[in-house]
Amino acid sequence: MQRLILAFLAGGLFGAGLFISGMTDTTKVQGWLDVFGNWDPTLAFVMGGAIIPMAVAWLFTKGRQPLVGGEFPAPADPKLGRNLVVGSVLFGAGWGLAGLCPGPAVASLSYGGWPHWVFFAAMLAGMAIAPAVRTSLDTAVPAE
Amino acid sequence: MLQSIPTDWVWGLIGGMLIGLGGAVYLLGNGRIMGASGIIGGLVDGSGRTAWKERAVFLAGVFLLPILLTPIYREVNTHATTNIAVLIAAGICVGIGTRLANGCTSGHGVCGISRLSLRGIVSTVFYIMAGGLTVVLFRHILGVI
Repeated sequence: MQRLILAFLAGGLFGAGLFISGMTDTTKVQGWLDVFGNWDPTLAFVMGGAIIPMAVAWLFTKGRQPLVGGEFPAPADPKLGRNLVVGSVLFGAGWGLAGLCPGPAVASLSYGGWPHWVFFAAMLAGMAIAPAVRTSLDTAVPAE
Repeated sequence: MLQSIPTDWVWGLIGGMLIGLGGAVYLLGNGRIMGASGIIGGLVDGSGRTAWKERAVFLAGVFLLPILLTPIYREVNTHATTNIAVLIAAGICVGIGTRLANGCTSGHGVCGISRLSLRGIVSTVFYIMAGGLTVVLFRHILGVI
């Protein structure tokens, strides 16, 4: 139960933060990416603001356990790999096209109107076929 | 001096800190990395079946909190495109891409960069560059968005 309450609290803070920061406004995201247009640096403030408490949290994990018990995530994987790059490029293209990424896509469903539901449904479809895409990519062009 | 700082930047910083606080609660409380694409994707492809309640409750929080805030706060126009082809193409790219890369703006960006993860930093560089090129191509050259 404690695990679920904390998950709801974390999700609530995330959703509230996305809403307040303006990151569900697609013009602010596309404005950040549009370096040759009317560039909008807001996203950098959001990222910076989010990284500060998160960096403190990572420092706090040293020699401790999560509140509900168990283990903290393993140290970051140093391996980069082809799928990381291909996936990030594909994600970035979609992000630029619509100005939405997974977090804001969920946060904006209640007030964004039908375009957000179309994007969300397409994103879920993409996630559903992703394992098959990964397999065929690895078969066609082995990573190593 | 303070008046000259755009309010959008201040709200961005405050909202960003709430996002980071959410990530801190998820990490220190439940021992998990707050990555939106991983949390959603694990429910979609079944890989996160064992922790489905935790994921569902997290997403409920993300979905519900803005509903509580909309009546009291700020403009809620998201200015999303109404071009269905663009929305579908974008959604599919984001869905496949984030799962292939194992992370998005929250997982690789916020949670990865904050622990100086090389994968997080490299992913963020690539998705920002790809996003920038996409906006330049589709806005300034093709005029679609």
